[in-house]
Amino acid sequence: MKAAAYALNTTGSLETIQQQTAQDEMHKVVAGGQSLGAMLNLRLVRVDVLHDLSVVDGLTDIAADDEYLTVGAMVTHARLEDEPASDTTLQFLSHVAHGIAYRAVRNSGTIGGSLCHADPAADWISAIALLGAQLVIDGPQGRRTVAAENFMQFAFETDLQPGEVLTRIRIPRYPQATHWSYRKHCRKTGEFAMAIVAAIQVPDTGVCRITFGALDGPPLTLSGDSLFQKLTSETGREELLSSLTGHIAADQIVLHRDLLRQVASDLGAFK
Amino acid sequence: MTEKPPQVFDTGIGSRVRRVEDSRLLRGQGQFVGDIKLPGMLEVAFVRSPVAHARIQHIDKPPTGPMQHVFTMQDLIGVKPILATSGLKGFQVSEQHPMARDKVRHVGEIVAMCIAPTRAQAEDLAESVVVDYEELPAVVDMFDAVSPDAGALLHDSWTENVFLRTHVSQNQPITGSGTEKVFRKLRTSRQCMAPIEGRAVLCHFDQRLDQLVVWSANQQPHINRTGIAQCLSLPEEKVRVISPDVGGGFGYKAILLPEEICCSWATMRLNAPLRWLEDRREHLSANANCREHAYDISLTVSSDASLLGIECNAVVDSGAYSSYPFTACLEAAQIGSILPGPYQMKFFDCHTSSAATNKPPILPYRGVARTGVCFALEVMMDIAARKLGVEPHELRRRSLVRAEQMPYTNITGKLFDSGDYVQCLDRALETFGWDQWRNKQRLHNSTNPQKRIGLGIGMFCEQGAHGTSVYHGWGIPMVPGYEQCHIRMTPDAGLEIQIGVHSHGQSMETTFAQIANSVLGIQVSRVRIRHGDTASTPYSTGTWGSRSAVMAGGAVGNACEALAKRLISIAAHLLQEPADNLKFAHGGICTLDHAKRIPLEEIAYTWYRAPQKLPADVDPGGLALTAGYRMNPDSGTFSYACHVCAIEVDTETGFTKLLDYAVCEDGGTLLNPMVVEGQLLGGIAQGVGTALLEEMPFDENGQPLATTLADYMLPSADDVPPVRIEHMHTPSPFSKYGQKGIGEGGAIAPPAAIINAINDGLADLGAEILMVPASPQRVRNAIKLAREAA
Repeated sequence: MKAAAYALNTTGSLETIQQQTAQDEMHKVVAGGQSLGAMLNLRLVRVDVLHDLSVVDGLTDIAADDEYLTVGAMVTHARLEDEPASDTTLQFLSHVAHGIAYRAVRNSGTIGGSLCHADPAADWISAIALLGAQLVIDGPQGRRTVAAENFMQFAFETDLQPGEVLTRIRIPRYPQATHWSYRKHCRKTGEFAMAIVAAIQVPDTGVCRITFGALDGPPLTLSGDSLFQKLTSETGREELLSSLTGHIAADQIVLHRDLLRQVASDLGAFK
Repeated sequence: MTEKPPQVFDTGIGSRVRRVEDSRLLRGQGQFVGDIKLPGMLEVAFVRSPVAHARIQHIDKPPTGPMQHVFTMQDLIGVKPILATSGLKGFQVSEQHPMARDKVRHVGEIVAMCIAPTRAQAEDLAESVVVDYEELPAVVDMFDAVSPDAGALLHDSWTENVFLRTHVSQNQPITGSGTEKVFRKLRTSRQCMAPIEGRAVLCHFDQRLDQLVVWSANQQPHINRTGIAQCLSLPEEKVRVISPDVGGGFGYKAILLPEEICCSWATMRLNAPLRWLEDRREHLSANANCREHAYDISLTVSSDASLLGIECNAVVDSGAYSSYPFTACLEAAQIGSILPGPYQMKFFDCHTSSAATNKPPILPYRGVARTGVCFALEVMMDIAARKLGVEPHELRRRSLVRAEQMPYTNITGKLFDSGDYVQCLDRALETFGWDQWRNKQRLHNSTNPQKRIGLGIGMFCEQGAHGTSVYHGWGIPMVPGYEQCHIRMTPDAGLEIQIGVHSHGQSMETTFAQIANSVLGIQVSRVRIRHGDTASTPYSTGTWGSRSAVMAGGAVGNACEALAKRLISIAAHLLQEPADNLKFAHGGICTLDHAKRIPLEEIAYTWYRAPQKLPADVDPGGLALTAGYRMNPDSGTFSYACHVCAIEVDTETGFTKLLDYAVCEDGGTLLNPMVVEGQLLGGIAQGVGTALLEEMPFDENGQPLATTLADYMLPSADDVPPVRIEHMHTPSPFSKYGQKGIGEGGAIAPPAAIINAINDGLADLGAEILMVPASPQRVRNAIKLAREAA
């Protein structure tokens, strides 16, 4: 299994990358290559030129201010796993990163690459939606910001327009008292998820968000003051699960039901 | 006759010597086919059929650049098809041409070979070959294949899509009062063997030796050499096959592949070295298929809980071709003789069919038919025990062949050599803590309706190392006879041992050195085991059927003993002592009272460098000889084991989690218990895969649906529980040191034990798993069906 021949651009100029990928769809960016590499080798994807984002300046930075943690799109899963000190999400990011595939994949795979690949069964697309992150996109027309929940449109399709590159992920800071839970069912450890349920709750403010992932299309995020209350009872949880109708085959909901119960338990919604 | 190992040293037979192989393998210094490069070597990629069944109308070859070549079957003039025939009555022969000639019969079948300086270039070339297929209806399901209106015939000259049907029957079924009968339909999924190293071939023509040299990742280089020579009409001395380090085989590397014939032909045609390294996609979708059994099976038991008889109709999906040398009916035909397992019974009736379908040929995988057979029989034993309301071990205890009956000829004529099966069951239960687990289970399940614990047992006995008397009746292209060993001592008293079997993970470089140590007192580090090269080793059918420790081990023992006699006679002369007053001690020969001693170095030096000191009547054969060995009787050894496990089943999600696993096994005299434990653990990991994860599904057009390791689930470290192992040591009376073939057993019982545990956990819901793997979906469906029925 060898990829068909292509050229690799390692000059690291974001401007050139934006221009060329805007003009020619046989130009693609590679951001870690853990999915794209396999697809190229299987010849399911072909390119003339692959632009390597790992050499673009600034995309591997992690920075925090009072409001946001800003993670460069080319930060690897392994770094997020290993650097809990810079994680202002109360170790949520490092927990999610730790559960992605296996270490060799985490060493090369990146958060931005995973988001742009938009596999519904992958982790970041659900995790980032749960956190209410903002995705910073730089393109030929300048910079724009998209809410994480609106980024993925269909399975393997995002809001990115030709020439645009996801460069940063801005994740709001959560207060110390925040509770979170991230649960998934995989056929075996490290495989893509069959179901994902995650929730975050800030007790004093009443903020609560729940994300259902590994659906047919994009993850589904619910938010609102009454959510936590619904988690406490089976009827309430069934009501939440009913929002999945149309997003996943009916006989698969059983896995989300099981996870939702675990998540509710993790958040202390029942004993 | 079993002999006591002649002398016991601390690194001899039975000791836990560390593996000689590990140093190079663990440091990444092993030498596999993929590590070998020859100057001017070209790479091969194959064009493979994208359809399961079609006539080839036309193949359009692309223009080729320098050092690029495309060949189809039309170019392979005079190359014969691979023929794996069986002498069993009614067997229909399939011709497997190295590349498809007029028809393709499974997805992945080779249509053309493309050669270029790099694999990527060869794949580019392969992509530009245009093939015009006229599609035919695909025969995908084995039950469709065996039915009279299959829709299409795979092989034009055949009368039906069945390689072979067999029927074995002993005595009339017992029915009526005092008996209970249970019937089920059971299935095992098609799987893929997954050695870490795939198949690999590197060949060139050696002009100096006038010889085709084929490096092949292979378990049986001599059989491959015979097969290659036959297909290419070459005299065998003109072919040399070398198997270097082999990264796991499990049966997949005991097959002559069409790829080997294509590469061998092309290397001679082009006079250039060629290499083909199988990639994982070819491996999964075109080649390494195995295990796909269906059983309509009923057990009759007496109301006081003993097995009375079995009636069964078994079908094996053998795929499109009969593979060389084991044939397409290896699995199905064996079912008819091994289904009774370790039990005694009054009657037995079994029909088998080897169905031909538009899928890759089914190949022998560790345990061969036994994994499916053990699954079918043992799951039924538990179902019968539940019907009788007794513990599953009760029914087994009253049905097993007992120690005092050994040696025992069972209902299908199998001669069980030795053992205490009841003790094995009891020790496994004790090691596992069956009664404690039952209490824990009751407590847990009464308070936790979602997650239930279940307990299961799987038992088997395994015929291994079976020889001429078993195989000659099969009429397959290969009948094992005497196993041989060339042995020679170097002038400084090192020992070179050459054997025709080949290791693909069996640790033979260690265990056979231990045999030499036991006989000759020589340090393990001074013994070199050489295997895997037809140029320097005695002819052998190779490593398969749990035979090497018994057959090659016996040959090594005999060779060492013959050499010992010659060493002693020289020592007797040099020490001026009668031979019967001498024995081997560490690194030398001494008198029985240890008063006089001569190092082996001095004896070897005398033979090679100071012959003037030799006795006049010295054996002129010197310190090199060939010895042979065959068991008597050669009907094989029967190792056996009982696996017991506990599993947690989530009745909502269908996920399962193994909680505990214990094994009691009896491999007779163990050459190296540590090696046996390693074999067991590896086999159990594969058995867990069969039970819970591994499945190669096909769609209705015969398209394989798990063509990458993202879709084909193999067990990982955390899927395999810690295993507690208990050994029994009942020597085989038929083998040289009492050793029994044990290498495959680990992979046989896990599906039975694990599915029995799941069914035990679900018993009060009335749900049963009757097909492996027990995926979460299958578990949920079984529960759903039971709820609907209730």
